[in-house]
Amino acid sequence: MSAGTPPLTNPPNPQAKALNCPQCGAAIILRAMGHAETVVCESCHSILDAKDPNLQILQKFEAIIGVDRPLIPLGSRGKLRGTDYEVIGFQRRGIVVEGISYYWHEYVLFNPYKATRYLTEYNGHWNDISVCKELPQTGFASANYLGEIYKHFQTAEANTNFVLGEFPWQVRVGEHATVTEYVKPPRVLSSEKTANEVTWSIGEYMYGADIWRSFSLPGAPPAAVGVYENQPSPVHENVKGIWAAFAAFAVLLLVLLAGFDLVSGKGTAFESSYRLDVGEPKGEASFVTQVFPLEGRTSNVEVTTTANVDNSWIYLNYALINNETEQAWDFGREVSYYHGYDSDGSWSEGSRNNTVIIPSVPAGNYYLRIEPEVDPKHPPILYTVQVKRNVPVMGFFGIAFLALLIPAIAITWRSLSFERMRWAESDHPPIKIGSSED
Amino acid sequence: MTQPVSNCPNCGAKIVFQWSSSVQTVCQYCKSILVRTDVDLKKVGQVADLPPDSSPIQLNTEGIYRNKSFVVIGRILYEYDEGGWNEWHITMNDGASAWLSDAQNEFAVSFASNTPGLPSATQINVGQQYTWNNQRYTLTVITPAHYRGVEGELPFEYWDKTEVTFADLRSETGRFATLDFSDEQPSLYLGEFVEFDDLKLKNLRSFEGW
Repeated sequence: MSAGTPPLTNPPNPQAKALNCPQCGAAIILRAMGHAETVVCESCHSILDAKDPNLQILQKFEAIIGVDRPLIPLGSRGKLRGTDYEVIGFQRRGIVVEGISYYWHEYVLFNPYKATRYLTEYNGHWNDISVCKELPQTGFASANYLGEIYKHFQTAEANTNFVLGEFPWQVRVGEHATVTEYVKPPRVLSSEKTANEVTWSIGEYMYGADIWRSFSLPGAPPAAVGVYENQPSPVHENVKGIWAAFAAFAVLLLVLLAGFDLVSGKGTAFESSYRLDVGEPKGEASFVTQVFPLEGRTSNVEVTTTANVDNSWIYLNYALINNETEQAWDFGREVSYYHGYDSDGSWSEGSRNNTVIIPSVPAGNYYLRIEPEVDPKHPPILYTVQVKRNVPVMGFFGIAFLALLIPAIAITWRSLSFERMRWAESDHPPIKIGSSED
Repeated sequence: MTQPVSNCPNCGAKIVFQWSSSVQTVCQYCKSILVRTDVDLKKVGQVADLPPDSSPIQLNTEGIYRNKSFVVIGRILYEYDEGGWNEWHITMNDGASAWLSDAQNEFAVSFASNTPGLPSATQINVGQQYTWNNQRYTLTVITPAHYRGVEGELPFEYWDKTEVTFADLRSETGRFATLDFSDEQPSLYLGEFVEFDDLKLKNLRSFEGW
């Protein structure tokens, strides 16, 4: 600046101004001077021209469906995404869907340096809204915004029916706009279309508690009711995770199972074949096997009986007896196999082998006492008894598998029902089970 | 850089041009609108009192756009039925002239483009698409505006307007275009939306309580 020229500096602009309503005389505070186009008198609901020193009345409205009190009082200041904002305006807007009216509230947030932001509230669900700088691209039932796909949720005619405070535009009760919403939780993309303008905005779901903290509001926010269009699913993120964990555990189980199988294949402790002649009298067939060791820690024992039964049966009374302690495990097994033809074709019943698992057998030297019974009319039966130590129990793997599968299914189910509740309110409700399409 | 200096033909105050290509300026003292001729300054009008300012930008606000510093040297103020906005005339440190528009604190920087074959005011509709400089733009709003006043230096004469029509266009990439139908031949400005914080503005207006 050259010498001799007095500096011309602008004094700080007054931002707030106290005035009186020309209609009813009530006090009116202008909080965003120069930005506000309209200001609404809280007492008489006159919409006034904020740019006019005399606050000319632009519209007077009746609060037909009741007066609303902003949950965040006008004049409250709070920090949102690092910037201080003051609540200067409040409006209630509504849509009618299938004859039912739905209302939500919008709060105008002002900062003299930053673009206006909005908070919306519906049934305790909040959104932080700002105007899009980039233009979204609409497709079939979707919109692309910054490379992300948003799904069409609803298109409805929105109508302003209650206003309070200041607005940086010419607000009127009764104003209509076509509002189209696309969602990608936690975000919502909206277009508002009037006769000569399309405005796109982007919103992000917020929890009431965070807003209460930001604006230092007393008490607690109203509880959120139901599921909102862009409310993040509490389980959605878990669904992929749990199935990934499930897949990993299933693979691990299969590897373990295969490993056990390989190991236990070598675990045959005893094997022997016998022949039972029909002619021999019952009761004298009882005999004991040689002694065989069962090694390692206390574990299960698998006894497999294989017999060449053919339309016949063999029943074996077994006792696994510890050679030292005389502790015995008694069990009976039947091997029977029948087959033939009838009017329905061939049939068969039973099997030529039978397996039983005896749990928790301590290590030691054991022998088997075997007492076979057969139908005396039958030819001699050959049978084999095999004893295996420490076999993998399929049941255990089954339980582990289910233990993993059940939470995965439960979480998936919760996620699906959350999404069903979300979309039930949209223009694309999920098809109800049992309802006919015809 | 030598700054051209002369005196206001109306009140005699010293008039300093910050940008050598300025065609018009406003005397800071008597608010006379002055147009440069080959020899001197000619008073062509008078600026009525401007409404209380809501923009955080003012003359001499400095900032940075795409690594180039700029200074605000003038503006045109418009009003429309939903409010007002400012087109701040800025000069970059490389001598280029550009516009920083401030509509309710939504900021965009744009440069005049000499693209031929622009549509006329009667041909435009919301939703139309145009491709300029290999960028597709969608027309989002047509604004019939009212010229409200000028301040500081401008790259052209601009003082006798009344009603002017603008069409704003946006792209999917945050680019921004304005068709200005102030003159018989429409003019096009191409630019982009910018974040307040990214402009690193200095010498801003201050607001009581903020």
